[in-house]
Amino acid sequence: MLDSKRAPSSFFLYNKETMSNKITSDQVKHIAGLANIPVTDQESGALAEAFEDTLAVVGQLQSVSVEGVEPTHQVTGFENVLREDVVEEDRMFSQEEALANAKNTHDGFFVVERIIDES
Amino acid sequence: MNHEGTMSLASLTFRDALDKIKRGEISAADVYRDLDQVVEEKNPELNIYLTKNEKAGEQGAAMSGLPLGGLPLAVKDNFCTRNLRTTASSTVLDDFLPQFESTVTTRLAKAGGVVYGKANLDAWAHGSSTETSQYGRSLNPRNTDYLPGGSSGGSAAAVAADMCLAALGTETAGSIRQPAAWCGVVGLKPTYGRVSRYGIVPMASSTDSPGVLAKTVEDAALIFEHLAGHDPKDATSSTQEVPKLLEVAQQGVEGLKIGYIYHDIEGLDIVNPLLEKELEVLTSLGATVEKASAFDPHHAISVYTIVQRGEVSSNLARFDGIRYGNDRSHFGDEAKRRIMLGTYTLSKGYADQYYNTAQKVRTLFIQDFEELFKKYDVLISATSPNYAKAIGVSEGAAMFGELEDMLLEPSSISGLPGISIPYYRNPETNLYLGMNIVAPMWREDLMVRVANAYEKATKWNSWRNS
Repeated sequence: MLDSKRAPSSFFLYNKETMSNKITSDQVKHIAGLANIPVTDQESGALAEAFEDTLAVVGQLQSVSVEGVEPTHQVTGFENVLREDVVEEDRMFSQEEALANAKNTHDGFFVVERIIDES
Repeated sequence: MNHEGTMSLASLTFRDALDKIKRGEISAADVYRDLDQVVEEKNPELNIYLTKNEKAGEQGAAMSGLPLGGLPLAVKDNFCTRNLRTTASSTVLDDFLPQFESTVTTRLAKAGGVVYGKANLDAWAHGSSTETSQYGRSLNPRNTDYLPGGSSGGSAAAVAADMCLAALGTETAGSIRQPAAWCGVVGLKPTYGRVSRYGIVPMASSTDSPGVLAKTVEDAALIFEHLAGHDPKDATSSTQEVPKLLEVAQQGVEGLKIGYIYHDIEGLDIVNPLLEKELEVLTSLGATVEKASAFDPHHAISVYTIVQRGEVSSNLARFDGIRYGNDRSHFGDEAKRRIMLGTYTLSKGYADQYYNTAQKVRTLFIQDFEELFKKYDVLISATSPNYAKAIGVSEGAAMFGELEDMLLEPSSISGLPGISIPYYRNPETNLYLGMNIVAPMWREDLMVRVANAYEKATKWNSWRNS
C-alpha cells in the first residue's frame, strides 16, 4: 500500500540514452515556429537538450497507474460560472487607454504586420 | 537604527506600526521617512525594488485613517498597477504602464494599504531564485552570498530587510512559501480561488494564488482578510465566506490533530531532524502529532511541470508586442524553454502521454489529501529540502525551481492553502528553515492557528524576539 505511493529510488538517475523522446534541433525549430518564438541555430541545440532533461523527469509519470482515474482540470469544483449579459463599463478601456502601450498606432488603430501575401 | 539612534520604524511589524498610528504615537509620514532611509541604503545591493511608487508617502498620509493605516507594502511586480510600471521582471514589459488595476491592489488601497514599490521576481514568476529576472537577481538579506528564493523573492527579501512592513506575492507552486522559508519570514498561500487573480500577469491559471509575505503570522492574517473574497472579474474566485483570520489565529492548537508528512523522503536529512524537535513544541501546546504517509511528492514535480508548462504556453501567447510590450524576441531563456515545452506537450500525439496523464495523477494527489484530512486537521512538512542556495546555482538548470519546490507542489496542484513560518536559524550562516503547514480547502483558519501558536511559543521569529 505504502509502496505504491513511492517513486522509484532511481528517480533522478535517468539515462538519456534509454529515453523514447530524443529531441532534434529541427523539432525544436518546428515547435518554436508554432509558439512564435525566434530561435537561433545555436539556441535550438541547447533547447533540445533542456527538453530532453525535462522530458526524462516528467516521463517518470508513466510509472503511476492512472487506470480509471478522472483528470482534474480545476480544483474548486465550480460549474458554469455565469454573469448577467450586460456591459460592464468599469472594465472597459477608452480608445486612448487601449492604445496607450502600443508601440505602433495609426489613426487610432493598432498597426500589425501584414500576414497575407499580396500575390 | 536611524540617525537619531532610536529604532527605525521600518523594523516594526505591520500590526505594531498600525497600533502606534491608531494611538497617535507616530504618523504614517514618520514610517515613510524611516523606510525611505532603509531602502536608499539597502536597495542598491539587494536589488529588490524595480520601480518605486513616488507618491507612496503622500498616499500613505492620506490613507492613515483606514484599517491598514496607510502603511507601505512591497508588491510583486506581476500585479498590474495603474500607471505604475509593471514588468513581471521581463524586458518584454520593460515600459508597460497598465491602464487598469489588479483586484488585489484595488482592495489593498481601499483598506488603506499602499503600494510602496514593485518588487523583483523570477521573470514571469518562472523560477525559485530570482535568477531568471531580466533585471538581475535579488540577494538574501539574511546573508548576501545566498539567494532569496522565488519567484516572490523580492517580496520575501523586502520583508526580511525591513524594506517594507509587509508584501504581496503570488504562488503557483511554492513561490510564496519557498522564498519566505529562505528569507526567514512568514509566507501565506491561500486556497486556490480565495483571492482574485484578476489583473495579475498569469502563469498557470489553474494554480496561481495571490497571497501575503509578512514579518509575523498575525500580520499575514490581518492583510489576508482585506484581500480575500469573491471577485466577479475572476470566474474561479470563490463565494465562500472569508474567515476572520486574525481573530481565529488566537485560538491555539489544543486538541488539533497534526500529520507529519514527508518524514520518509530521501534527501531531507538536514531539515527533518530539526523539524521533528520543533514538532514537540506543538505537542506541548496540546496538539497531537503523528507521522503520516503521503503520496510521493516526486510525482508532483512531473505533474506540476507538465501542467504549468502547458498553461504557460497558452498564457504567454498574449504577449505579441502589438497592443503592449516588446516583441517575443525579448523573452529570456527560461520563458522560451517553458513556452516551447508546453507547446510540445500539448501538441497532437503527445497530449495524452503527458498532459492528460498529469491531470489524472493530479486527481490522485487530491484524493490522497482527502484521505489524510479525514484523520488530521493540518499536515506539516519542511518547506524546502535545505537552506537557501548560493547565488548562481540556478543558472542553466532547466528544472531548478521544480526540484526545490518538491515539498510544496503536491498541495499547490491540489489547490490547498499553506503557510510557511521560520522554525530554525543556523547561527553560522544566519540562514533560516521554514515549516510548511497545509490545511484542507478553505480552511486557512486551521493552519494559521497552528502557525501563530508555534510562532508565539518559540524564538525563531526575528521580529517577535528583537
